[in-house]
Amino acid sequence: MSHDPHPHSHDHDHDHSHDHDHHHHHHDHDHDHGSDLSQAAIRVRALETILTEKGYVDQAALDLIVETYETKIGPRNGAQVVARAWVDADYRARLLQNGTAAIAELSFSGRQGEHIKVVENQDGLHHVVVCTLCSCYPWPVLGLPPVWYKSAPYRSRVVIEPRAVLADFGLVLPEDTKIRVWDSTAELRYLVLPQRPAGTEGWSEDRLAQLVTRDSMIGTGLALTPAQLAEEQTP
Amino acid sequence: MNGPQDLGGMMGFGPVKPEPHEPIFHAAWEKRALAITLGAAALGEWNLDMGRHARESLPPAIYYNASYYEIWTRALAHMLAERHMVSAEELQLGHAIHPPVATKKPKATVAQVAQALASGTPYVRPAKAPALFAVGDHVITKVMHPQTHTRLPRYARGKKGVIETVHGVFVYPDTNAHGLGEDPHWCYTVRFQGTELWGEDADPTVEVCVDCWEPYLRSINA
Repeated sequence: MSHDPHPHSHDHDHDHSHDHDHHHHHHDHDHDHGSDLSQAAIRVRALETILTEKGYVDQAALDLIVETYETKIGPRNGAQVVARAWVDADYRARLLQNGTAAIAELSFSGRQGEHIKVVENQDGLHHVVVCTLCSCYPWPVLGLPPVWYKSAPYRSRVVIEPRAVLADFGLVLPEDTKIRVWDSTAELRYLVLPQRPAGTEGWSEDRLAQLVTRDSMIGTGLALTPAQLAEEQTP
Repeated sequence: MNGPQDLGGMMGFGPVKPEPHEPIFHAAWEKRALAITLGAAALGEWNLDMGRHARESLPPAIYYNASYYEIWTRALAHMLAERHMVSAEELQLGHAIHPPVATKKPKATVAQVAQALASGTPYVRPAKAPALFAVGDHVITKVMHPQTHTRLPRYARGKKGVIETVHGVFVYPDTNAHGLGEDPHWCYTVRFQGTELWGEDADPTVEVCVDCWEPYLRSINA
């Protein structure tokens, strides 16, 4: 992509060989849609090419960003935080007092998690997190948000009819359970501390962490029961 | 601004569709969209709030038809064009035809990206004045409809609530999004009853917490 010799006077013509030439300028990042690249994919490819040609971005640095969120940062981080809080009352207290600091004890920190507030589900009180204005989400503990979290149905409805939204996830709470919705309108990022399921007495932290789903830390689900975990692990 | 981003309480978008075993990315271009969005932001030419404002300034018909990564990249293209970093002509062609312009910071290296992802960008600033409100205080949010960026959603304007948490002093998006400085203000979580926000027919078991900067709030007698 760096050997393109266009003089500036080119753009009014219909130089087919030049067009064809472009089709062979593939960066090897986009194999997904074959020849039917979407407009969005074309725009992204053009932007990345131009930004690289102009020296605004470094390919290796871009690759590191992708690799970080594909392989290092995701909801297993948050699950470890929750499991620790379930077994260690002092940690739980620190986590609820200062989420960012307590989460950093497990070496999770960084972008979109600069100020994390942990809210604890209890009997009769259930928390659920949204960003109605964009897609704010606690990246260091949950990774990148799922598509539904950023979508108009979730963002529009969860603040006005949270029970109906939870029902879309198959979660039906007792009628008298209070629901507290947290709209992430500032730079606070919210993590739900789900309730520890019954029948897990004496479990190790690692085993407990397997019960902690991403959705249970957003509030659109509960932690798995031991029976549900066994079912998930059955091939 | 009352843009397409301000979704809370809107109707007609249909059910939420959770995707079992959802992949982190749904297409290879989404990975590159994430990477160039973060990589270009590292040049220091815009801040987080300017980025959000660029997204909410997309025409509603485009915003509602776009996936989130598409919203990001359309906004990125606008910000790059505004600053003469990538022209419309170049975007059409798919290649650079003009020399680069000077940016506040050079392109981020691998080491700098690793550092930036690990440390983030704290938005807390030192307090210059004591907080006006304390936990438990009753407040009412302002009624306002600025053409400019704000983080007070429409559904929470002119509503009575209670201070739930005093978080500290944070960069104020309403000015920061427009290059008017960080102008830090105290930021609070305000707890609203669902019935206050949505009327007497609303679910009485629902409360909504919204993070509000001090200029969004007025004191009321309980």
